[in-house]
Amino acid sequence: MKHLGKTAAMAAGLAMAAGAGTVAVSSDAAAAWKPKKPVEFVIMAGKGGGADRLARFIQGIIKKNKLAALPLVPINKGGGSGAEALRYLKDKQGDPHVIMATLNSYYTTPLRNPGLGVDISKFTPIARLAEDTFQLWVHSDTKIMSVKDYVAAVKKAGPKNWKMGGTGKGQEDSLVTAMLEGAYGIKVTYVPFKGGGTVAKQLIGKHIDSTVNNPSEQIGFWKAGKSRALATFTPKRLKAFPDVPTFAELGQNLSYFMQRSVVAPGGIPADAEAYYVDLFDKVYKSEDWQNYLTSKGLLPGWLTGKALQDYFVKEREAHRKLLMSMGEIK
Amino acid sequence: MEILGLLLEGFAVALEPINLALIVAGCIAGLFIGAMPGLGSVNGVAILLPMTFLVPPTSAIIFLGSLYYGAMYGGAISSIMLGIPGASTAVATTFDGRPMALQGKADRALVAAATASFVGGTISVVLFTLFAPPLADFALAFGPPEEFALLMLAFATFIGLGGDDIPKTFFSIFIGLMFSAVGLDIVSGNPRLIFFDLPGFYHGINFLVLAIGIYGIGEILWTVETTRGEMVVSRAAVTIRGVVRALADLRHNIRSMLMGSFLGYFVGILPAAGATPGSLMAYGVARTMSKNPETYGKGNVDGVVAPESANNAASTGSMLPMLTLGIPGSPTTAILLGGMVIWGLEPGPMLFIEHKEFVWGLIASLYAANLFALLINIAFIPAFLMVLRMPFTVLAPVIFILCVVGGYAPTQDMHDVWLMLIFGVMGYLMRKLDYPLAPAVLAIVLGPLAEASVRQSLIMAHGSFGIFFERPISAIIMAIAIGLFAWPLIMVVRRLVGPARAD
Amino acid sequence: MRRAELVMALVMAAFSLYIMWKSTELPVGWIEGEGPGGGAFPFWLAAGMLVCCGWIVLRWARRQSPPSRSEEPYMDRTALRVFAIGAGSLLAMIGLIHIVGVYVVIPLYLIFYMRGIGHHAWSVTAPLALAMPVAAFLFFEIALKITLPKGYTEPAFYPLYEMLL
Repeated sequence: MKHLGKTAAMAAGLAMAAGAGTVAVSSDAAAAWKPKKPVEFVIMAGKGGGADRLARFIQGIIKKNKLAALPLVPINKGGGSGAEALRYLKDKQGDPHVIMATLNSYYTTPLRNPGLGVDISKFTPIARLAEDTFQLWVHSDTKIMSVKDYVAAVKKAGPKNWKMGGTGKGQEDSLVTAMLEGAYGIKVTYVPFKGGGTVAKQLIGKHIDSTVNNPSEQIGFWKAGKSRALATFTPKRLKAFPDVPTFAELGQNLSYFMQRSVVAPGGIPADAEAYYVDLFDKVYKSEDWQNYLTSKGLLPGWLTGKALQDYFVKEREAHRKLLMSMGEIK
Repeated sequence: MEILGLLLEGFAVALEPINLALIVAGCIAGLFIGAMPGLGSVNGVAILLPMTFLVPPTSAIIFLGSLYYGAMYGGAISSIMLGIPGASTAVATTFDGRPMALQGKADRALVAAATASFVGGTISVVLFTLFAPPLADFALAFGPPEEFALLMLAFATFIGLGGDDIPKTFFSIFIGLMFSAVGLDIVSGNPRLIFFDLPGFYHGINFLVLAIGIYGIGEILWTVETTRGEMVVSRAAVTIRGVVRALADLRHNIRSMLMGSFLGYFVGILPAAGATPGSLMAYGVARTMSKNPETYGKGNVDGVVAPESANNAASTGSMLPMLTLGIPGSPTTAILLGGMVIWGLEPGPMLFIEHKEFVWGLIASLYAANLFALLINIAFIPAFLMVLRMPFTVLAPVIFILCVVGGYAPTQDMHDVWLMLIFGVMGYLMRKLDYPLAPAVLAIVLGPLAEASVRQSLIMAHGSFGIFFERPISAIIMAIAIGLFAWPLIMVVRRLVGPARAD
Repeated sequence: MRRAELVMALVMAAFSLYIMWKSTELPVGWIEGEGPGGGAFPFWLAAGMLVCCGWIVLRWARRQSPPSRSEEPYMDRTALRVFAIGAGSLLAMIGLIHIVGVYVVIPLYLIFYMRGIGHHAWSVTAPLALAMPVAAFLFFEIALKITLPKGYTEPAFYPLYEMLL
């Protein structure tokens, strides 16, 4: 018994050593390349926002499940809607110790700032981990129960008196708003705020009339009965919101996703790329990640390699058209 | 009495050995992170968040909550000892804390700061315990117009901060506000003022870069020059009797402490405001209320006590909307909020029902963290004072190195270090010509909030300024702010007219 | 002092003009139904700065502000020397960080300042010059996971990471 206790203690000691990172944790042969120093995990947004939380969540999963030998170190480079991060990644050409978590400003920021000289098709795609969804939200005190009521209410109020809150102009929320306006022939006053969380709060405080928040930003208020989702901008209903119809069901083919992916600078060695794909594959398959996706209304969407790059390029063109139709770019 | 029962259960959680150990660890870690110029509670919490996945959520938030508190205490240390605010929340503490240290009263200033932090923290936790839900709803009533009105109030309480040279004071305010506009214009989504196309300007000019540049580098250059390098920073000797006497002397400052605590707490609850405007307003109010406002800025204990009690009270206050509504009241709580999501807890009204143990464990741990932070802080005072007794030719290079490393750490961009050097040198050159620099630092903190809220309000109202006076809460706050603005301006005009006639 | 006051005001006035010009990259006017444009805030602030500079010059001309009355030199020879050493050494330190990294620069700077300016004994200088980079490494890289710039000395740290992280 005594002897056994000692062995257990030794095993625990070894496990701790492994946790501290002295031993290569994954025996997976897929990755011959290993980071030599902590990997910079660049986040295209500021601290505390949705993208930041998600990136730190991923870092947490990696740490908790000991998926990597050397830690990921998150660095926020949210300046200029991610312009700073994109430029940084471009300057790090060929450096395998930098990766970046993206959101849709990955397309829109280079389109709006051609001066940056960033071409996203030059970066190395690693993996798409999820697609975040959008819903149309109103306060639960209103009598608006459906999109039909909503359109009627907006038309009745007139464009000057219906306030739609969202993130900065030219970012996702304003694109979704523009799509909604175009589809239903309505006009709203768009009030930009710093982040999705602030937007959600402004709706609950009744300072604005509607939002197109991600489900994860509103879910707390929704559970407490303070807000109401009218419809989802997806082709299929979300598991977390089985009673909320999609715009497709309502006869308008409106869908928009926020991709949550990881990319690396261009020109990194192929085995380094393989290492990261393998790492994020493990993150993707982890129970924590899968639970997070279902409970927060995100769609799973693993993509990697060339398929992901093609997807990025296709989405960039779609965003170019959207921005042009809004008059944001020429 | 239901609250009392819940609180007792919370204490049972907080006093479990592992949690108690985490409280102590959090306070110590926070103290050092806060005392380090450049790093504050935001960085500490963000950086150590992933470490907490190894323990249960309740223990994790207890650790981070203690860290948050510890950092609030620690921020005062570098403000007082080095004259460099460790974080924006501690800017107001430098105004009187630094002069006290220079007069050899660093021990008294440190004791006053720690005690005030304790009082502010405790009062706010009590308020938190008693009135969480109704206050949370009050916070929701704050939209952009109310936020703007509140910021005007913060500016108004500070109008007299500069020196006697009016154009230079205004210049300082304007340049600070202008620097705060660098980066991204969120309303149009366009980058602006990207000087020389350097990518480092995209993230704007961080408050810390300006503050460390001016108060760190500029101040040391100035000190080196004025004293010809012969300077001894502080001669304060520390004895147990001295600490006890300092504690006893604080009875004269109870009024400021109470005012700071309540003010800080209420400002902290309001979203977007947080501890920085809270502590600045507390300083301003303390000076306005005082019988001898001219002693402020020259080492008045009240000038340390008021902002320090307010910033700790505000840090508790800002947790309230986070827990009850899922709205962060400060950047630090925004990160805590992210942490809660990771732990699988949904902040919001349901949290108090679904995760009672978590909520009350956290509240109880705040009581405990407060006490420990006070004790640890006082225990470390002799060590801090030893640092001050080092010869200046040792201290100066150490501070320079801390400034450089501290300027780098938050954004991990050398661009900010260079910018800091430029600000330091310019700050020194301007200071020699009596340009007051504190207003610039305040302006860069409050500027972005003010610009965003005023423009959001105007969009909401289609360009009409009436919105600030049509809404009751905003109208009341605005009226007070305008009153406060008008008062010193009248004095200024009278003073301006006065000497002209005397000529 | 008197000349410095004027020079500073003029330099700052030029800086204000530059900002005003730079602000016009975004609309500085009033956008109907929306409020001020994206450049308005910095533009009018810079205009305010310019007015203040004008006012400072006016007070200078009337000798109303203390620096404009002062006959003392802005910087005498000693002040200039002390300033040049302080700012110059900082400049060199920050520049060197790009090349040899923080962990080489910290001891070098401490040795330079403590030995060269403070004339402290090696027995005081050496321990601090050794302890500070070690403390910085443990605090930032290990505890907080912030990597500090290392320049060309980076590969030297790989085994340390392997061991400690």
